[in-house]
Amino acid sequence: MSSHSTPIPPSRGPVEWSASDAVKVADIMSRYPTKQAAVMPLLWLAQDQWEWIDLDVMRLVARTIDCPPSQVHAVASFYTMFKKAPTGKYLIQVCQTLSCALVGAEKIMAHLEKRLEIDDHGNSRDGLFTLLRVECLASCGSAPMMQVNDHFYERLTTETCDQIIAGLRSGKPLALPRPEVDEWTFRVS
Amino acid sequence: MDFPRILSGNWDKPNSHTLAVARSCGTYSRVEMALKKAPSELIQIVKDSGLRGRGGAGFPTGMKWSFVPGPEKRGNKPVYLLCNADESEPGTFKDRYCMWKDPHLMIEGMIIAAHAIGCKVGYVYIRGEFRYIYDRLWEAVHEARAAGLLGENILGTGVDFQLHIHLGAGAYICGEETALISSLEGEKGQPKLKPPFPAVEGAWHCPTIVNNVETLAAVPWIIQNGAAAYKALGTEKSPGTKLFSCSGHIRKPGVYEIPLGYPMKDLLEIECGGLLPGRKLKAVIPGGSSVPVMTPEEVYKCTMDYESISTVAGSYLGSGGFIVMDDTTDLVDALTNLLRFYAHESCGQCTPCREGCGWMYHILCRVRDNCATAEDLVTLKDLADNIHSKTICFFGASAAMPVQSFLLKFKGEFLARIEAASKGIPAGSSVTSPEQRVGA
Ligand SMILES: Cc1cc2nc3c(=O)[nH]c(=O)nc-3n(C[C@H](O)[C@H](O)[C@H](O)COP(=O)(O)O)c2cc1C
Ligand code: SF4
Ligand code: FES
Repeated sequence: MSSHSTPIPPSRGPVEWSASDAVKVADIMSRYPTKQAAVMPLLWLAQDQWEWIDLDVMRLVARTIDCPPSQVHAVASFYTMFKKAPTGKYLIQVCQTLSCALVGAEKIMAHLEKRLEIDDHGNSRDGLFTLLRVECLASCGSAPMMQVNDHFYERLTTETCDQIIAGLRSGKPLALPRPEVDEWTFRVS
Repeated sequence: MDFPRILSGNWDKPNSHTLAVARSCGTYSRVEMALKKAPSELIQIVKDSGLRGRGGAGFPTGMKWSFVPGPEKRGNKPVYLLCNADESEPGTFKDRYCMWKDPHLMIEGMIIAAHAIGCKVGYVYIRGEFRYIYDRLWEAVHEARAAGLLGENILGTGVDFQLHIHLGAGAYICGEETALISSLEGEKGQPKLKPPFPAVEGAWHCPTIVNNVETLAAVPWIIQNGAAAYKALGTEKSPGTKLFSCSGHIRKPGVYEIPLGYPMKDLLEIECGGLLPGRKLKAVIPGGSSVPVMTPEEVYKCTMDYESISTVAGSYLGSGGFIVMDDTTDLVDALTNLLRFYAHESCGQCTPCREGCGWMYHILCRVRDNCATAEDLVTLKDLADNIHSKTICFFGASAAMPVQSFLLKFKGEFLARIEAASKGIPAGSSVTSPEQRVGA
């Protein structure tokens, strides 16, 4: 999370919920006793729709739940996963916390920086990739790991990183299994 | 070792996440059993079982439930049940398995808990990075609703319980229960002063119980087999089984369910497969990054339960995130890595925590880079001592404890860096060989 304020994001002009989103909005609002509680799910819905949250999106969410836009801005800027600016098509988040660091997260990060020719927080020129160092993603048993959009790639080596990047570049992302979870073997002691 | 696998018993069955497979394993059969019982009876069973919260604090679950004011005191206020699935404590990844492999077990536990505390609407607060699990949980909820296990008049018993899944958006602090409540309410996820405790005044100012995923998943077995059967596992004061997330320098990282009281040495050597060839044990963090670090001597003496870890090593079982570091680890680097985490995740409300975490991190960077003085170490310890117990939530202590314990138990490594600095030796030369860096 970050407690510092976010820069004013680039604007795309006013937005409105589509008819199908309006149905989802109503469903979301029905889950909570107050309108304010819908702010996070609505920001998620908006981010799915418009990729990042700008002031117009915040205004739409504020109108939907009847609150001042500043309140939506406060929430949107508190949580790191609400994007306040566009990112590459693939957002690559490399975990750098202790368990990953113990088994080579730094090497993975350095390799990706070189391969993608970008630094931490950087966007590649072709608009495909954004690279971020992040903190523990609860995948420490299959470290080192990274998250690409919603997918976890685990037990990484520099070779598998190359395969994954090549897959993403060719538009055919590797459907690598989630080793920790999918190939789980229970070892009876 | 032979013991019932209460939490992970179904994980290796194909499609264990579907309602059909879950039901064939007996999941939801305990709902009928529980809904026929009076709420007070359910609370008593859980109290008698000695089940303690698996989210980190180890608070007795039945007792927590009993703090919810009865209908005569709370009037027409609803009661809320929140499942804490924020799982962001570094080194902890067990709830992720629970939800991915057996979401229906957790939902069954929530239905039973909800009945016990008189709750009609519950939420699972799951961290934003688990979006693929969030989707799976909704699928499970829809399946359970269609089967009449969630919603109105569950299985014709007249009991109602509606369950919703709420997706977080990347903030470690939202795992702290009052921050989780603020976040669910649609505010910034910042902790609040206690009291009032959530059980009395929580979400939307109503009585609220926050329980960890693993805690709730243990409930159905207890209802089915009784408190005595649960107490028969583990130790007198730490009954039952627990999931341990094992990571770091071990051959078989993963999640292991073991009865509490199991020797730590066996967990390391048997379940975790031991250390990598030719390596020696240097340090272990037994309960997630926030708890004090342990030396090898302590590891070999300890058993995996709340009491032993605290009496032998002055540490905590915490969330059960077992992080193993062998002799290739540079502990100054390791601690610096952890403090970067705390400096980044402080919510910023309390001055000691907001300023102190960043300050400790910067001092540690200097120590790591061989440019700190002996005075810096004094300041570092001072800062940690002054953050501990002086903040709104326990996060401050969580950042201070690693610093205090590393400095106490591995002081030599820190002093070596100060000495190197005084001789003008640049970082990474003679005091630390490159492969000794955490990131190597
Ligand atoms: C900084 C901080 C982070 C926490 N993170 C989590 C978490 O990710 N998951 C969790 O279950 N509990 C977490 N807790 C503990 C919760 O505040 C709370 O005690 C717990 O969810 C209660 O459930 P239990 O009684 O079943 O353990 C955290 C506490 C603190 C102080
Ligand atoms: S201790 Fe730290 S994380 Fe907790 S409320 Fe204070 S500033 Fe926020
Ligand atoms: S430390 Fe990297 S996933 Fe936990």
